[in-house]
Formats: sequence, C-alpha cells, structure tokens
Amino acid sequence: MPIPRLTLVAVAVTLAVPATAQSADKAFNPAVSLILDGRYADYDEEVFELPGFQIGGEAGLPDKGFSLGHTELTMSANVDQLLYGEFTAAIEEGETEIEEAYIETLGLGGGLTLRGGRFFSGFGYLNDVHDHAQDFAQTPLVYQAMFGGHLGDDGVQARWIAPTPLYLELGGELLAGRTFPGGDNEDGAEAGVLFARIGADLGDSWNWRLGTSWYASDFEQREAGGHHHGDGGGDADNELLDGEVDVAGLDAVFKWAPGGNATQRNLTLSAEYLVREESGEAEFSEDGNVGTADYDGEQTAWYFSAVYQWQPRWRAGLRYERLSADNDLNDFTVESGTLDFDEFAEESGLGDGADPERASLMVDYAPSEFSRFRVQYDRDDFGHDAEDRIYLQYTVSLGAHGAHGF
Amino acid sequence: MRRFLQAVILSLVAPVAHADLAVFACESEWGALARALGGERVSVSVATRPHQDPHRIEARPSLIAAMRGADLAMCSGAELEVGWLPLLQRRSGNPAVQDGAPGMFRAAEQVEPLGVPDAVDRSMGDVHPSGNPHVHLDPRRIARIAEAAGARMAELDPDHGDHYRRGTEEFLSEWRAALDRWEDEAETLRGLRVIVHHDNWLYLEDWLGLERVAELEPKPGVPPTPSHIASLRERAGEADVIVHAAYVDPRPARRLSEMTGIPVVELPYTVGGAEQAQDLFGLFEVTLERLTAVAR
Repeated sequence: MPIPRLTLVAVAVTLAVPATAQSADKAFNPAVSLILDGRYADYDEEVFELPGFQIGGEAGLPDKGFSLGHTELTMSANVDQLLYGEFTAAIEEGETEIEEAYIETLGLGGGLTLRGGRFFSGFGYLNDVHDHAQDFAQTPLVYQAMFGGHLGDDGVQARWIAPTPLYLELGGELLAGRTFPGGDNEDGAEAGVLFARIGADLGDSWNWRLGTSWYASDFEQREAGGHHHGDGGGDADNELLDGEVDVAGLDAVFKWAPGGNATQRNLTLSAEYLVREESGEAEFSEDGNVGTADYDGEQTAWYFSAVYQWQPRWRAGLRYERLSADNDLNDFTVESGTLDFDEFAEESGLGDGADPERASLMVDYAPSEFSRFRVQYDRDDFGHDAEDRIYLQYTVSLGAHGAHGF
Repeated sequence: MRRFLQAVILSLVAPVAHADLAVFACESEWGALARALGGERVSVSVATRPHQDPHRIEARPSLIAAMRGADLAMCSGAELEVGWLPLLQRRSGNPAVQDGAPGMFRAAEQVEPLGVPDAVDRSMGDVHPSGNPHVHLDPRRIARIAEAAGARMAELDPDHGDHYRRGTEEFLSEWRAALDRWEDEAETLRGLRVIVHHDNWLYLEDWLGLERVAELEPKPGVPPTPSHIASLRERAGEADVIVHAAYVDPRPARRLSEMTGIPVVELPYTVGGAEQAQDLFGLFEVTLERLTAVAR
C-alpha cells in the first residue's frame, strides 16, 4: 500500500530540525539540548556525613563558592519505525559520565514499552527526573542517601499501561546491580526493580499520581565514601562485602491549578517514603588497621515538598526531609592493627546516630521555559551542629524544547 | 450471585464490544470537529480544556491512559504541543498514534500556514518554525481540515466509512452555508484595528481582514510587562479594540483599556470558551457577535 503523501509530509516535518531550508543530511539529526548549570554556594561545614548511612554514588555537597553544576548534553531521535533513542551525558570537572543512553520501542502495542541500555530507573517519583528539571538545587537528601543521587544502571525495562480510564502502569527492570546501593558482582545482572503507579484527574483543578516501588540487589563488594582522619591522614577504605540490599518506596504527587490552567498559579505537593534493608560484612581499613563486623541495617527516609507558583515566572518551594537508621553491627573483629568498635562504627558510617534532617526553602525566577535563576536556603542537622547553607543557581537549556513531565 | 457475576463480566466486556473510534483530541476545537464528523461512532477525550493554555499542558497520568487507547489523535501540530505530545506518544506504547501512522493527525499539516518565520532563534520568544499553529480560527481552513479528518476516520475505520463520509458531507454543507452568512455579517469588521494579548489570532485576522496594531506580550510567550503595556499607549491610539482569549489573564488587557479608553473584548478562542460556544458553529457566532458589538 503506497504511503499517503500527507503521511510523508508529516514524517518529514516532524523529523526536520528547523523547518527552514536545511540540507538533506541534517534533516534527520537528533534533537539536541545542552543544559548549563552554574552555582555559588556559601556554607561552613564541608564534611558530608549521614550517621547510619554509607555514602555512595554522587551524594555530597556542591563545592563552596562558584562552581559549575551538572552540564548536560541530551540528544534524542526516532531511530526508525520501531525504536526511539536517547542519550544524556553529564559533564563535570572534565569527566564525562553517560547518565542515560538507551533505546526504547515506539508503539509496540498493547500499552507495552520496552527499554534497554543505561537509564534512570522508574523507581519512585523523582528518580528519573534529571537534576536540572527538579525543583530544588539538589536531589532530595532521601535520594542521595538511598541511591547516591539517582538509581541509574544498565539493563532492561518493561512498562505496561492498563487499558483503563484510570491510569495504571506496571513496570519491571533487570539491571546490572553495579551502581550504588548495589556493588560489584560477578554476573552483572543482579538487580531488579518493580513499580506500580496509578493516577487521574480530580475535578478540573487537581491531578494526582500514587506509586509504589521496590529495588533489590546482591553484590560481592561495595565501596563507600571514605573518611580522612585528622591532619595528614592516610587512605581510609570502607567496604561492604557479600551484601544484599532492598529498598521499598511509596510516592505521591498532587498538582493543583485554578481550572487546570497552570499559567498564572499552580501548586505541586509531593512526598516519598523509602525503607532500605541491607546486610553484609562491613570492612573498614585505614593505615593498616583493619576491622570487620557483620552488618544488618534498616534505614528509612522520607521527604515532603510543596512548590507554589504565585504569578507567572515566580515560584517558592519548601521541602523537609528526615532520615533515620537502625543498624546492627555484630561480631566485630580486628583483623590487623588496632581499632576500637566505636571508631569502626563511626568511620564506616554504619553506627547509629541522631536522625539526619534537612529543610530547604527556595525561590526561583524563570524568564522563560528555558532559563531559571534560583536562591535556596538549606538547614542541615546531621547529628552534630545544625548547618546553614545558601545556594544561588542558574539553569538554562539551549536547543530543543524539553518535555513537560508530570 | 450469578446475576452479579454476569453484571461484572458485562461491564468489563461492554466497552470493548462498542468498537467506537477512540479519538484523542489535543485541544477542544479538534474534539468538537471529531464529534461533528463522527457522531455516535466516535468517543472523544480532550487533553486541553477550554480555559487551559495549550502551550502549558503536562503529560499527566489521565492523558497517558487516554492516549494508550486512542485510535486517532487529532492535534494542531506545528509544534504547538511540542512540550507534551511527543512524551504522550512515547509513554502510551500505542502504535496507532506514532508519527507517520495514519492515526496521528495534525491539522496544521492540512492547510497552508501563515506566519512562517525566515529564521528562528529563542531570543524571539516562543516562535514556531513551521508557522503559526492556531489554524482553527479560520473557517475556510476548518473546511479543508474537516475534509481531511473525515477521510482519515474512514481510512482508520473502513467498516463504517460511509458513516464518516456522510457525516463529513453534512458538516461541510452546513459549514459552507454558515461561512457565507458569516462573511456577509463580517463585512463591517474589515479593517478593524486590533491589539491582541498573544499571537494566536493570526488566522482570524487573515479571514476577517483585521489589522493588528500591537501585542500585549513583548515577545510571543513572554507575559505582558507593565513597562511594555505603558509603551503601547501611543500606538494604542490607532486601535479600535483589545482582544484576548478566554483562557488568558484579562488584567493586562483591562489595564491598557483603562489607560487608553479602548474597549476590551474577550473571545472564546476555542470551543467551550464561552457558554454559547459549545461547538464550532457557536465558536464563530460568538466571536463575530462580540467583535461586531464593539465595532459599531
């Protein structure tokens, strides 16, 4: 059957970048967008420690003073009639990290979509939202503690949308399990994720989505952020060996706009609650002193966030987060040198302490959909003295128009 | 117990047995067109309600669910929905509404566009490289779009092809009669000088021979600033009326009106934007009525 001329026109118009005269070889170029993010941070305490939590991935604080945040390059395009591809690289301090690079089916049918490659997991609400699209200067402390920022890994994902007027989506992933909170493992296919979400409109003004997610992984070795001890301290090494970890989460987001028109005013309320259970052999070594213990821990973390736009281009947001850990360390053994239990508990990050909490207040101004300036105040209380932190940030996007996720 | 089970099974099976053509309309005007052409054979869900700004829609859960089951998506195109339609196409997992499939219908592709820029740059504001996307405000273009949409429905649901062809013919003959009537009534509007809030009236201006003097937005998509409105005072002297859509904030238009004494008119812009504008005919009746009331 010959393809109708209108369909060919539709294909050409959609795939061409600007519609003005372009040479034929550029017509099929991917949509490209570049995110530039810069910041100024002012605070005193540089050490980032969450008692009861081993830090991994990209958890931490922005550099003091002026620095670049995540510079991100994204390219995406339809590959052919079957597939779509997307690539995102984050460039920081001369290191280029591939955040996402995946292929995805287009219209497989039956509400099913398959994805493969490297991607942010569909776990939770904020996990697959890139940093520059989030409402605060950093990903929630909850995500930093549980996933090192984002749970992203190599693997495959299947998502299915039920044929119901109520939005119901089920998803499953099989992942390598090499990224935090997983670790090195022999098969490179040790992690799994399951998630389920429902959502709908409520009247003209409210939209909502509720979800539940679960992640599990086994690993042979997981490195955690080491601490440097005192002046001229040597190398400290923190590992969790032969471990298992699982994280369960609940997420909820409610959006409001008068009559559903978000142009003048709108409100987003969101909350997530995560519980992580992990176990393994904890090993800490520094300058030849090595200690191990059997570790069995349960950590919980939750945040609640409210972001309100009171007039076009201006928004304010408030977020409160609380973490708590209940860890058991048994059979403490000094393998070599000298190390006492309290030191081990503190240095490994697995000792219980006061519940870390963070409150963030932000105001941002967006001249257009493509640029944003933000000022944010954080009050961190991680078990020592409370810390005040101020951030000034700009985030701009050059090139293709991004998607309005929910 | 058996009756209960029968009722449950029937309620699950019944929607499937109907075999309506499921239409996902991006905006109210296309939802209204789909209903006018398809009658009882179509079930229509509309993504953008009349008082919502189509540029600002998000790919929310209810839209993903609706897109998943759509046989035909009717949208404006020309990148009006670029912030949310591609995401809905990908998230839905629905082959019928992918680009290139007959179930993905873009109105702007059926007609000749106006306002195609020579070059585009983001410093120009929210400009559309393929031309102005708000094509529904010209009834002559609606006729062309209706022909194409009716043919597309018949292509997607060939078993009921005659129904769609008949529906399209009936609509078009009523529409052409109305168009003649409107063009007579609209003679008095020729040359009317207007200030608009946003550049979404281009096709109406073209049809009625209106002359646009200025826009309240300093650049397309940038909200009107007090300084820009103040700067329009001198040029405003040449204008007969200030026009804005029902879905926008009326205050900038009213502010300029207070400063200059020029009357403000709120136009429905789309089907459902006014109480008497519940279909495409009503949309143009109300629009012409409100403009002629001010022009007198």
